[in-house]
Amino acid sequence: MACSATAKIIHNPLMLSSSRSAEKYESCCKISGPTSLLGSKFLGKKLLSAKSAISPASRRSGAVVAVSSDVVKEKKLKSSSSAASNLLITKEEGLVLYEDMYLGRAFEDMCAQMYYRGKMFGFVHLYNGQEAVSTGFIKLLKQEDCVVSTYRDHVHSLSKGVPARQVMSELFGKTTGCCRGQGGSMHMFSKEHNVLGGFAFIGEGIPVATGAAFTSKYKREVLKENCDEVTLAFFGDGTCNNGQFFECLNMASLWKLPIVFVVENNLWAIGMSHLRSTSDPQIWKKGPAFGMPGVHVDGMDVLKVREVAQEAIGRARRGEGPTLVECETYRFRGHSLADPDELRDPAEKAHYATRDPITALKKYLFENNLANEAELKAIDKKIDEIIEDSVEFADASPVPARNQLLENVFADPRGFGIGPDGKYRCEDPKFTEGTAQV
Amino acid sequence: MAAALLHGVGSTTPLSSVNYNNSRRSLPGYVVHERKRASFLIQCYGSLLPGSKIGINRAAKLSTNAVTTKQDNVTASTTSKPGHELLLFEALREGLEEEMERDPRVCVMGEDVGHYGGSYKVTKGLADKYGDLRVLDTPIAENSFTGMGIGAAMTGLRPIVEGMNMGFLLLAFNQISNNCGMLHYTSGGQFEIPIVIRGPGGVGRQLGAEHSQRLESYFQSIPGIQMVACSTPYNAKGLMKAAIRSDNPVILFEHVLLYNLKERVPDEEYVLNLEEAEMVRMGEHVTILTYSRMRYHVMQAAKTLVNKGYDPEVIDIRSLKPFDLHTIGNSVKKTHRVVIVEECMRTGGIGASLTASINEHFHDYLDAPIVCLSSQDVPTPYAGTLEDWTVVQPAQIVATVEQLCQ
Repeated sequence: MACSATAKIIHNPLMLSSSRSAEKYESCCKISGPTSLLGSKFLGKKLLSAKSAISPASRRSGAVVAVSSDVVKEKKLKSSSSAASNLLITKEEGLVLYEDMYLGRAFEDMCAQMYYRGKMFGFVHLYNGQEAVSTGFIKLLKQEDCVVSTYRDHVHSLSKGVPARQVMSELFGKTTGCCRGQGGSMHMFSKEHNVLGGFAFIGEGIPVATGAAFTSKYKREVLKENCDEVTLAFFGDGTCNNGQFFECLNMASLWKLPIVFVVENNLWAIGMSHLRSTSDPQIWKKGPAFGMPGVHVDGMDVLKVREVAQEAIGRARRGEGPTLVECETYRFRGHSLADPDELRDPAEKAHYATRDPITALKKYLFENNLANEAELKAIDKKIDEIIEDSVEFADASPVPARNQLLENVFADPRGFGIGPDGKYRCEDPKFTEGTAQV
Repeated sequence: MAAALLHGVGSTTPLSSVNYNNSRRSLPGYVVHERKRASFLIQCYGSLLPGSKIGINRAAKLSTNAVTTKQDNVTASTTSKPGHELLLFEALREGLEEEMERDPRVCVMGEDVGHYGGSYKVTKGLADKYGDLRVLDTPIAENSFTGMGIGAAMTGLRPIVEGMNMGFLLLAFNQISNNCGMLHYTSGGQFEIPIVIRGPGGVGRQLGAEHSQRLESYFQSIPGIQMVACSTPYNAKGLMKAAIRSDNPVILFEHVLLYNLKERVPDEEYVLNLEEAEMVRMGEHVTILTYSRMRYHVMQAAKTLVNKGYDPEVIDIRSLKPFDLHTIGNSVKKTHRVVIVEECMRTGGIGASLTASINEHFHDYLDAPIVCLSSQDVPTPYAGTLEDWTVVQPAQIVATVEQLCQ
């Protein structure tokens, strides 16, 4: 349940050999890292001392505990009188979070529909179930902050502010798409909203994110600009076994780059279980190995994610360096729309279905009198209309014309070279028609 | 690394160098400005063998022999200033430094570029001058720091990524192909990647197979990148500056054996054209197309050929992708015979592409099939004799031209 005061163990009762099974409840946190790196009072002093409370037995069994549960407990204990001040969010924030998560969910559901109706093609990877991570992190960012994602990037783009129309058009392959139809599902880019992609190969976005963070540091220290831009790199559990991940953890920590590495651990890399592919499945541990805090959080709970995100992003903004955040989450659908998803245990899926982040937030909002049914229904309706509109817009948009073929290959089209007649190829009138030979 | 190079010849070459402004283009229409053609003579008093006694006089004497120019468009625009002598690595450094001075967003990243000054001293002294962040010593993680350079380029910087040896960039192939080359297109033109990737490659002196690779053949198919190869201090500096100023991702190929070439370069600022080839020697009988180190093998062969009565035209193609089909085409139309001399392997090298391209465009003008002399399809052996036989030697070039011109 979202933000309950009791410590929560994430476990799947059916995967007994997984690191997620637990024999006992421990109300301790799993932040570890050289304490000197936790400059700010990251989640409270109590939690640091709780490190020793982890008994050897539970360590071996790998009890995994939601980290921010104690934060909530602490806050609740502070003052019993005014309950409102103990809440993690205000009403407006709650509605923003709800709207964003519902937008992500509705959009992805519409994508599935459109795919099966033959409006979009290729590989489409949907984000259902993981909305808490995207919303929890990205809603804390400014427009100038950068987000780098993977092929599962529709919802990251939407959370960052790319209009649903542009994303849907891109999926339909129309010129009005955010990438003029040239990118597709796996390559969502937006210069205006600083979405740096959208990458098809796993891991290849992480160095790009590191570069964006490097630019931020460069602007501050070399160009002497007032720059506190932060970059978030999202990637999955499978990527955490890839070399680029480790190389970038090293460089980011070495140069204290303003970046947060967000692992969306949904336990599956297509059909490869995280536990079958990883020697030590606890990804958050890899942070301290490189000199940065490694944090583990319940990725199905948007408020817990947001809490951790606040700290991590704050760290980066203050110039204290990177953080590795492992969000335990789950995707309700298959890896992509082409994946029959026959390998995962139906019981596992059912278990996580009960932990739907949107339902959880709803319940929290109701229980804490932050919103009522009518307000949320109004938001649902508004989002549904936005999605409908985006589909109509995408449908009505034109497909790219032939003359678009050769544009954008080079920023400077002189790169196509000099033709036999002595003129640059791009000066050939056929070039603008898209029929020139280059 | 000492450039134990063939005795060279001071080359007096007519060069058309274009100073272009970086006029930005906005999609979909773009502004194309005309190329200004300014041909002028550079007197190069180059000595290719360190310690040799070759000086000004010899260069002047030789101008009627192996290296010559038809002295038609001689404008003494640059002969007013004396110029200054530089070794090739110094020329690269000078170009780099001038660009770093000009634009604070230009930065360097690579292994040992900072405190060590670069394995080939191209970045020597720059870290002291510009600081550790602008001349960044990276850990040994080519794929990631190349990707980092790409991310930095996307967000406003103009990085130069150095591969300590071009072969190491094989580890960065993912980033170079997917992100460097394709990202501008895949993002619908939103993000530009004004990155320069440079480093030494080519067959050296018994460096072994892995340090002797010619990556230009592997990269040539990647859409969205430009590739240039420098061969003299003059064009090294000019191409370095052009590459940095270009908004496209450019891969600049240097050669391990050419770093100590000495030449006199102009005092005033100059930027060369990335897409143009360089006429090294004008002639009538045969067109010899080459680039990088093989230029010097060709020039050595040219001396022999001239003594035997042939008149080869030698073009240093410089731009490996795209090819300057205008310069090349005009030459083919004149001589009707083509020999390509390159260091790439026989299979799938630059020469193979160039052969196809010339056949496609200038088939009617050829009196004989194009001959492409490339390195053997063999991992470069360590043993000196074997290594010599893998690359093209001047004697082979001479024999080929003789046979072609029968």
